[in-house]
Amino acid sequence: MQHSTITLKINGKEISCQKGMTLLQVCRDAGIYIPTLCHDDRLEPYGACRLCIVEVKGQRRPLSSCTTPAEEGMEVITESDNLIRLRKSVLELLLSNHPNDCMLCDKTGACTLQELAYRYGARYGKYMGEMWSLPKKEDNPFISYDPNKCVLCGRCVNICQNLVMKGTIDMTGRGFHSKPDTAFGKELNPEICLFCGQCVSACPVGALTEKQAMGKGRALGAKRIKTTCSYCGTGCNFYLNVRDNKIVNVTSDYDAPVNKGNLCIKGRFGYEFIQHPDRIKTPLIRKHGVTDTSPDVMSDPQRAFREATWDEALDLVAKRFTELKEKYGADSLGGFSSSRCTNEENYLLAKWVRVALGTNNVDNCARV
Amino acid sequence: MAGLANSLGAGAASNSFNQIKDADVLFIFGSNTTEGHPIVSLHVHKAIKNGAKIIVADPRKIELTKYANPWLNLKPGSNIALLNGLIHIILKEGLQNNEFIKNRTEGFDELKETIKNYTPELVEKLTGVSKDKLEKAAHIYASAKNAMILYGLGITEHQTGTENAMAIANLALSCGHIGRPSTGIMALRGQNNVQGASDMGPAPTVYTGYQYVSKPEIREKFETTWHVKLPTAPGLKSVEMFDKAIEGKLKGIFIMGADTGQTDPNLNHIWKAFESIDFMVACDIFHTHTTRFADVILPGASFAEKDGTFTNGERRIQRVRKAIAPIAGMAEWQIISELCTRMGYPLKYNHPSEIMEEIAKLTPNYAGITYERIEEEGIQWPCTTKDHPGTTTLYQEQFNRPGGKALFISLEHKGSGEVPDNEYPYVLITGRRREHYNNGSMTRRVKEIMEISPEELLELHPADADKLEIKNGDIVKVTSRRGKIHVKTKVTNRSQAGNVFLAFHFDTTVTNILTSAYRDSIAGTPEYKSCAVRIDKL
Ligand code: SF4
Ligand code: SF4
Ligand code: SF4
Repeated sequence: MQHSTITLKINGKEISCQKGMTLLQVCRDAGIYIPTLCHDDRLEPYGACRLCIVEVKGQRRPLSSCTTPAEEGMEVITESDNLIRLRKSVLELLLSNHPNDCMLCDKTGACTLQELAYRYGARYGKYMGEMWSLPKKEDNPFISYDPNKCVLCGRCVNICQNLVMKGTIDMTGRGFHSKPDTAFGKELNPEICLFCGQCVSACPVGALTEKQAMGKGRALGAKRIKTTCSYCGTGCNFYLNVRDNKIVNVTSDYDAPVNKGNLCIKGRFGYEFIQHPDRIKTPLIRKHGVTDTSPDVMSDPQRAFREATWDEALDLVAKRFTELKEKYGADSLGGFSSSRCTNEENYLLAKWVRVALGTNNVDNCARV
Repeated sequence: MAGLANSLGAGAASNSFNQIKDADVLFIFGSNTTEGHPIVSLHVHKAIKNGAKIIVADPRKIELTKYANPWLNLKPGSNIALLNGLIHIILKEGLQNNEFIKNRTEGFDELKETIKNYTPELVEKLTGVSKDKLEKAAHIYASAKNAMILYGLGITEHQTGTENAMAIANLALSCGHIGRPSTGIMALRGQNNVQGASDMGPAPTVYTGYQYVSKPEIREKFETTWHVKLPTAPGLKSVEMFDKAIEGKLKGIFIMGADTGQTDPNLNHIWKAFESIDFMVACDIFHTHTTRFADVILPGASFAEKDGTFTNGERRIQRVRKAIAPIAGMAEWQIISELCTRMGYPLKYNHPSEIMEEIAKLTPNYAGITYERIEEEGIQWPCTTKDHPGTTTLYQEQFNRPGGKALFISLEHKGSGEVPDNEYPYVLITGRRREHYNNGSMTRRVKEIMEISPEELLELHPADADKLEIKNGDIVKVTSRRGKIHVKTKVTNRSQAGNVFLAFHFDTTVTNILTSAYRDSIAGTPEYKSCAVRIDKL
C-alpha cells in the first residue's frame, strides 16, 4: 500500500500524518485529547456517541472525528466553548437516565462516563425524565449486566457481532427503550455465548462487569502487572491486577501485539486456579514403606506423603540421584520438562540433566 | 515440528498472527481454531470480513466450516492422501509456481512421480472427499495471491504427524505460497510455551536452538560456557525412557510441570512405567495422575509467581512477570539451581534475566534477546544481534537448509495405525475444548468454568446413537484394545457418523487410557487423533 503524507492544522498547530487516517487517530497520535465513549480501536468507528466532535473550518456543524478522514490543509479545532457545551449536554443527558450509584459501582475509577463528567463538569439532574428501572441480568456465570447503567454506546454489540462473530448481544427496542439485550437470560450454553468477555472489555461504564472480581476491590489502586497468558500458544498479553498479594482480576492490555486487548475465556476468566486451596504448598516426601499410588492419592495426599521442608526434600532428591548415578550410571537417569514452564526453566532443566546427571536423556512434552 | 524443519529448515510458524487478516485465502487444516486458539480465530474473522476465502479440512464440523467453501470433511488419518491429491490437481492443471519451484526448491521431480498416482478418483476413495470439492479447493488455494495455511494438532497428532506437516509444506511450496507477508504456514500447537520449550533444547539430540549434540564444535561451545565435559551419546526420547523404565533400566526421573500420567496416550503403559522407576520426582502446582506415583513432590510456581519468558506460536519471545510471591516459596528456576548446586555443580542466578543472557550467548536465534529489549513488546526470532529487529516473516530470501533451498519430500498415504473393525467399529478422535486446558488441573479449578463445562462428554452422531439405542446423556462404556472408561454421551452432528469425539481435560474420565500407542516414527508424537473403540450401552 502506498502511504502519502498530508499536513493539516489542529488547534493552530501544523501536523503531518498518513493519508487515510481519521481525525481522531491523528489527534490521539499527536497527544491531543478527544473524549469518546463509543470508540474502540478494535472496531470500525461508527460515530454514535457524539462526544468526539470537532470543528472543521468551512463546515457549519461539528463533525465526529472518529469517522472523518484527515485531509490536506484541513483546519481543526478540538476544544471550544461551543464544543464543550455540546459535550456537556450529551453527558448530562446520559446522566439523566443513569443511576446515581458510583459509590457502590465496581467500575468507579475506571469508568469513562465518570471521568468525562468530571472533566466537563456534567451533573446529575440537569434534565428531568424517565429513569430506567430494569432488572439486572445475572444468569451468565462470568458476566453481570445492569441495563440501567448502559449508555447505549453499542460497543458490546459491535464487538460480539463483528469481531467475535457470535451475535450473542443485540439491540432491542428503539429510542428510549433501546438497550442491548443479551442471551444471558437464556440457556447457559457455549453455543450461545463464548464467555470470552470481549463485551466486558469494551463496555466503558459499569453496565457489563465481571462477576469474579466483584467486591474484591476496584481496579483503581491495584498493582497492574503486565504478563503473558499461560494457556495457549497465541501469546496474549494482559494485566494481572494485584491487591494485598492477591490476584483481583485480569484486565485487557489494549496495546498487546497479538491480541490488542482481546482475550478468550481462559485468559480472561481462568485465573482462579492460581490461589486455589488445592495448590501444593510444601514439598512432600513419600512415607516410608507406603506404596499406594492409586488415584485417591490425588485428593488425599496424606495417604502416601508427609510434608517436608525444602532443604530436606532437595537434599533427598540430590542424594538419591547421586546414588543411582553411581550405582547404575548416568544413562539410567532422565529428565522431562514441560511447555507450560518458562524458557529459562526449560533451559535450566536441560542444563541440569546434562551437567549434573551427565546424560542426554532429556525430553519435553512439546511434541504433544 | 520436525516436519516443517525437514522441509523448510525451521520447526516454527513462518509468519505472524497479525498477517492472517491480509491473506486472501486461508486453508485451515486440522485446527479447530475457534476452540483451540480463540484469539487466532479473531484474526481469521478479520480476514473473512476482508473477503478472504476459507477452506477447511477437518473430519469434524468445526465452527469455521460455517464460512468454508469448500469444507473437506476427510476421513481421520487421510491427510497425506488429501494433500497429495490437491497437488495432483494443481500439477495436472498447470497451476503450480514453476519459477519458485525452480529457484527455491529441490526434490520436485521425485514428488511429481509420487503424486502421479493420487488421481482425484483414488483420493476421493481414500479420503471420502468428493472430486468436485477437491478440485475447487485446489483451484482456490493455487490461484490465491496471499494464501496462508493454518494447521493444528489434527495434523501432528497422527502416526504420520511429521509426514503430514511435510505434506503441507509440499502443497505450499508447489504454489510458491511461502516466504512473503501473509503467505506461509502457521502451525498452531497445544500449550502456551511449546515453541519455547522446543527452542530451549530439553531434547535428547539437540541443545538450545536445535544445535546438534553430535557436532563437536557445538558441544565444545556448551562445554566452555558450562565448564564441564558433556555426554556425547544421544539420549532417549520420552517414549523410550518409559519403555526402558518398564525394562528396569531407567532408575530415576525428574518430571517438571508435565502431567504425563493423564495426557500421554495408552496410560496403562505409562502408569506401569512410573511404578517401575526406583526414584521419581514430580514438580507441579496441583496433585495429578503423575504426582501420585512420585517419591518426592516439589511444589511448582504458577506463571503469576515468577519472572521469565514464553515464546508464542509466531516465535515471539515475551515476558512473564511475577505478580505475587511463589505460593510454596520457590519458582522452578530456583528449585533446579538449588538441586544442581546440591549435586556438586553450583548454579547461581539472581534473576531469570541472567539465565536469558546465558541462553542468548549460546543460541544464535536468541542472540539479540535481552529482558530490556522485550520489556514493551516481544521480539520474534531469529533475532541474531542486539540491534536485530526480529523476524516477522521467515524464508523471504532463502530457506534454512543447507544450500538455502526448501525440500519437497515425497510421501505416501498410510492411514491411521489402528483402523476400525468388527470388534472396535468406531473411530475415536480426541481433542480440546475451548473452556479447558490440557490436563484440566488449572481450568477445572475455576468455579465458573466448571459451571458451563463440568464433565467430559462423548460426542456421538445421531445415526450412531440410534443404532446403539443411546439417548443424549446416557452413560456408556468405551473400550479400546488398551482399556475402558465410562462416560456420558452428547448426541450431536458435530462428528460424522462412525466417528466419536472426546477431550482429555478431566482426571475422572481419563480418555488417554483408550488412545493408541502408535507413534509418529520420526518425532515420536503419539497418535492421539484416532484409534478404534467399541461403545456399549450400560
Ligand atoms: S462473552 Fe463474548 S460471546 Fe458472550 S456476549 Fe460477550 S462478547 Fe459475546
Ligand atoms: S452495555 Fe456497555 S458496552 Fe454495551 S451498549 Fe451499554 S454501555 Fe455500551
Ligand atoms: S487468552 Fe486465550 S487465546 Fe489468548 S493466549 Fe490465553 S488461552 Fe490463548
